[in-house]
Amino acid sequence: MVEQRPFKAWVEGSSPSRLIKFLKMKRYEVIDHTADVGLRAYGKDLETLFTNAASGMFSILADLKNVRPKTSLRIKLEAPNIEELFLSWLSELLYQCESRKIIFKEFLIDKLSQNSISATAQGEKLNSHRHRLKTEIKAVTYHQLKVRKIKDYWQGEVIFDI
Amino acid sequence: MKQTWAGPIEKIDDYRWRIPKTYNPGMRVPGIIYADELLLEGIRTDRAAEQVANAAHLPGIVKYSLAMPDIHWGYGFCIGGVAATDIEAGGVISPGGVGFDINCGLRLMRTNLTEKDVKAKIRDLVYVLFNNIPAGLGSKGEVRVSLQEEKQLLIKGARWAVERGYGKEEDLEYTEEHGAIAGADPGSVSERAYERGRKQPGTLGSGNHFLEIQVVDEIYDKGAASVFGLDRGLVTVMIHSGSRGFGYQVCDDYARGMLRSLDKFGISLPDRQLACAPVNSKEGRAYLGAMRCAANYAWCNRQILMELTRRVFQKFFTLGPGGVGMDLIYDVAHNIAKIERHLIDGKEKILCVHRKGATRAFPPGHKELPGRYKSVGQPVIIPGDMGTNSYLLVGTEKAAETFYSTCHGSGRVMSRSAAIRKLKGRSIAKELEQKGIFVHSAGRETLAEEAPEAYKDVNHVVKVVHEAGISRRVCRMRPLGVVKG
Repeated sequence: MVEQRPFKAWVEGSSPSRLIKFLKMKRYEVIDHTADVGLRAYGKDLETLFTNAASGMFSILADLKNVRPKTSLRIKLEAPNIEELFLSWLSELLYQCESRKIIFKEFLIDKLSQNSISATAQGEKLNSHRHRLKTEIKAVTYHQLKVRKIKDYWQGEVIFDI
Repeated sequence: MKQTWAGPIEKIDDYRWRIPKTYNPGMRVPGIIYADELLLEGIRTDRAAEQVANAAHLPGIVKYSLAMPDIHWGYGFCIGGVAATDIEAGGVISPGGVGFDINCGLRLMRTNLTEKDVKAKIRDLVYVLFNNIPAGLGSKGEVRVSLQEEKQLLIKGARWAVERGYGKEEDLEYTEEHGAIAGADPGSVSERAYERGRKQPGTLGSGNHFLEIQVVDEIYDKGAASVFGLDRGLVTVMIHSGSRGFGYQVCDDYARGMLRSLDKFGISLPDRQLACAPVNSKEGRAYLGAMRCAANYAWCNRQILMELTRRVFQKFFTLGPGGVGMDLIYDVAHNIAKIERHLIDGKEKILCVHRKGATRAFPPGHKELPGRYKSVGQPVIIPGDMGTNSYLLVGTEKAAETFYSTCHGSGRVMSRSAAIRKLKGRSIAKELEQKGIFVHSAGRETLAEEAPEAYKDVNHVVKVVHEAGISRRVCRMRPLGVVKG
């Protein structure tokens, strides 16, 4: 578990090559929140950030090991700014997962700007024999929602209501 | 991401602490936290107190932003928060002040069974319940509704279930708002919410939702306990669930929508999750109408869950309905906003009271209480963690100072991921079994996340609300068997 303040200091004091190494090993991490669960995702660009955040969210929801990318779904969204787009993206995937009973695993982003996204999510219809569900995520909250560029990579943070 | 809080807290008395209005220039009223010194120490270890101060920014808020002793860090409002706004003075309603699980609440039933009747069979009973009560992530209920039926369900609430054979007319008398709050507006509900609600009536859900078989092990007020038909050694059943995906979607739709209208109303807030609109506005009224639909959905849900439980008990103990005697004591919400009349400085005001992780606690004599309960006050149902105790309390006149509100549970102290890390390798189910509590859960993670150590001590929390006088202990229950989502 990485603490927030030391981590920030660590990033600011790091060389680009060290940062790249860090990014290669970490796509997202689950962060502590007393009642709920937070997620911090990283990416060298916004596309990777959005992809990693989605993978992070579904890894909280289910064990992705046995999930195959068999079904795909097109997703197109607009929002007033990048943070709300980040939230809408995760929220939309969560809704589609619940209503279609699909666990998503892979994400291909066609187009992404500060206020719109067009992407394809791939996953598999929930099968209680093959898939293991972990924690229900009720919703994605605005509390401490952040998307920002730190040096040369992107970082996004959200807290889920569990 | 450990974040502590070092803001100013002034002692009012042993159980009341004030965050002064001067702490933050945007605060319209002070914050008051109900706690003793020990609980307060814990409260300072995360950002919950900041959230008490944040809620004090809401336009139209009266007197103070309150937090109950089970307060913990939430999103927007803290969990365990109470905020009342004066509607005529431009008071707002905030979807984040209710939460995603609209009308998450508790239902408590009494039975004629004793601990002896249940104890030896508890393992089988829990399995049969688990197989008959849809629980866990993605579970579907046996009740499916068409769009037209769903609209009826949203207006009629628990009555909709009773009309379909789930329970009896008498159950409605012992449900807050008779199981259906007036003013539900199916027209203000999104298609997505309808879609999510269609397959979930009569499902427990996951996370901290549960069904628990308990035994009364301590009586504090014999008179009140006998009014509720309770005595030492009698078995009770408690159900904790809410409005499922339907409510989450309503909150999501309106929290987002209200964020867009903040500028129009000239509202600025320290946290986007507090997004709100005046109760007397198109936006406010639409949310209120949709929130009430979700509240009614939850009452219908708990009514069906109770009836499914009754059927299991009747079959399992081969006794008729009279034999098991599973009567509803009460059903009360702890995530809701209600329009209520309260005396503020001697004048009656119409307030929008947000209770987020807080329970309404009306005093004896209140007009909304069932006739039989008028002499003792409204039952307040407080669940503890699955390894400790639960309580039945009643409302008091003193709770006028909290807009007749009290705590809702024990409150978390440990994050879910910390609980999973700390308890790695331990079997919570086995540990509980050694204490004589049999637990069955749909998800493996749930048990570690919901382990007793992740929560404050419910006995301590209840002692504080009792000593502070905002509700009164009637009896304490001990768990025997638990079905977790």
